[in-house]
Amino acid sequence: MVEELVILSGKGGTGKTSLAASFAVMGEREWILADCDVDAPNLQYLLEPTIEEQHPFSSSAIARIDKDRCDECGLCRTHCRFDSIDSTFEVDDVGCEGCGLCSYVCPRSAIAMQPRLSGYWFRSQTRGGIMLHAQLGFGEGNSGKLVARVKEEARQIAQASPLPRVLVDGPPGVGCPVIAALSGATAALLVAEPSISALGDLERIAEVCAHFQVPAGICINRFDAQPVYSDHIASLAKRLALPILGRIPYDEQFTWALLEGRTIVEGDTNRAGKAVRALWQETVTTLL
Amino acid sequence: MPSIACASGKGGTGKTTVATNLARIMAYERDTHLVDCDVEGPNAHHFFTLESTQRSPVHVPVPHIDLSHCDLCGVCSDACAFHAISVLADTALVFPELCHGCGVCAYICPRNAITERPRTIGSVLEATCDGMAFTGGSLNPGEPMPPPIIQAAKKTARGRDYIIIDASPGSTCATVEAVHGTNFCLLVTEPTPFGLSDLRMAVGMCRRLDVPYGVVINRSDLGDGRVEDYCKEEAIPVLGRFPSDRCIADVYARGALIVDHNSAWEDRFRGLLMALDRLLKREVNHG
Repeated sequence: MVEELVILSGKGGTGKTSLAASFAVMGEREWILADCDVDAPNLQYLLEPTIEEQHPFSSSAIARIDKDRCDECGLCRTHCRFDSIDSTFEVDDVGCEGCGLCSYVCPRSAIAMQPRLSGYWFRSQTRGGIMLHAQLGFGEGNSGKLVARVKEEARQIAQASPLPRVLVDGPPGVGCPVIAALSGATAALLVAEPSISALGDLERIAEVCAHFQVPAGICINRFDAQPVYSDHIASLAKRLALPILGRIPYDEQFTWALLEGRTIVEGDTNRAGKAVRALWQETVTTLL
Repeated sequence: MPSIACASGKGGTGKTTVATNLARIMAYERDTHLVDCDVEGPNAHHFFTLESTQRSPVHVPVPHIDLSHCDLCGVCSDACAFHAISVLADTALVFPELCHGCGVCAYICPRNAITERPRTIGSVLEATCDGMAFTGGSLNPGEPMPPPIIQAAKKTARGRDYIIIDASPGSTCATVEAVHGTNFCLLVTEPTPFGLSDLRMAVGMCRRLDVPYGVVINRSDLGDGRVEDYCKEEAIPVLGRFPSDRCIADVYARGALIVDHNSAWEDRFRGLLMALDRLLKREVNHG
C-alpha cells in the first residue's frame, strides 16, 4: 500500500510548492515526488531535475473535418454543444471537447476524431529524490487526466520501495485536477494564509477532502502577517475538527531562496526554516 | 463594450486585487460589470457591499437511462468519450461527475432510452454595488467541471460598457474559458522564477486564444529582473509595477479595497487604467 501525502490549498500562491520542495529535501530521498500542478509546474525551479525520461501525453481526441467530403450542411454545428465549429467549418481546437458527436451526426462521414497531444510527462532525478512532473501544451485541457497519469507513474515507482511513499504538490482550486490529485490519497496537508479570501478557500478544499474521505491537516503560512485572520483559521480548523500542524512566519527568505534555486531548509538556519522542519515532523507523525 | 480579463499562470499573484480595485476605479465614471470567474475560489465578493443579491443554480445536462427501454447493448458506453456510462450484465450506470454534457449518448441510443436531465453543479450570484454590477460564479465542492459556471457567469454581463473578469489561476480549461473572447487580458505576475515560468504559460494561452495581453508586475521590488527582461525580449507591454506594501496586504486580508483607503494606490490604479485605455484604443484601431 502506497502512502500518499497531497499538499493542497484551494487558494493559489499560499506556498504549496515551497513547502513541497522543502519536504522533499528533508525526506531523504525516501519519497517519490509528483508535481501535480500541471498548469504551473514549479517544483523544478527549486529541485533542478535532470530529466531521464520524457513521454508524450495524449488522452482525448479532436474533430477533423475532411473538406473534400463536407458539403457544409451545418448539422455538426447545430449539434455541437461546445460551439466549436465555426461558419467556415473550421474546428476550434481549444473549445473542442473531443466528444465525437459531430462525427456521429455528419451524414457524409466527413468528420474523424483524431488523438490530440495535450502535453508531456517526465521522470527526473533531483536532490530530493525521483520526481514525476509534466507540462501541458499552451491552453490545453485534460489537466485532470495528466495529474492522474503523473500520480500513477509515481505510485508505480514507489511500490518497488520497502517504504512506498509519494509526496504530491497539488494544484490550486477545487476542480478536476485537484480531485485527480486527491484521488486515492492517504492524507492532505492544506496550506492556508491568513486573509478573508483564504478562509473561504480553505473551507471549500476541506469540504472536498471530506467528500472524498481523505483525512486532512492545516498549515498556516505567514501566520504572523495577519494575526487576527490566523485566529479565524484556527477557529475554522476547530469547527472542521482538523488539526493545525504548523505555523510558518512571514519571511522574505522564501523569495530570496527561490531566486537562488534552493529551499528554505537549505542554507543558514532561520526561523521560517525551523518552522518548516517542525511542520514536516508534525505532518508525518499526525497524518501518516 | 470592451471586456478585460485578469489572469495569471501562478496563483496568489494578485489577480483579484487588480480586478477588484480596477473595477472600483472604473465604476466611478463608467458602466462597469465585475465578473468573478474564479469559480473554484470565488473571492471578489468579499471586497464589496453587495445589494439586491440573487443566486441562481447552474445546471448541466446528464443522461438518464430508462431501463425499461434499454436493452443493455452498450453503444452509449462505447461512444462516451468521458467514460461516464458503464453498461453491466443487468443494468447501466451513469457517473454524473464524469459527464461533459455533450449529448452523444442520447443521440446514439438505438432504443431512444436516454433522455437528458439537468443537474446542479454550482451557482451564479448577481448583485449590484454602488452602481457597479457584479456576478460571481461558484462551483460546488466535489464537482470537477468549472467551465459551465464560467459560461453562465460571463453571460450575465452582456451589454455593459466595461466588463472586468477575474479568472482562475492556471492556463488550462477554467482559465481558457474565462479569457476566451475577451478584448484584453491583464496577466498579473511576480518577478520570481515561478512568476516567470507561469507567465510564459499564460502568454502562450493568450496567443493561442488570440487575445491581446499585457503584464502587471506585482511585488515588483521582491525578486529580480527576469520578468522585465522577458517582457522586453517579447515586446510585451508592462502596464503596471506595484511594489510590495504591508498596507495593501493588510487591506486585502480584511476584504477591503486599497483604492478606497490609500491615495498612492488610487494613483497607481488610475495609471493602470490609463495604460489599459491606451492599449484598448490601439487594439480597436488595429482590430
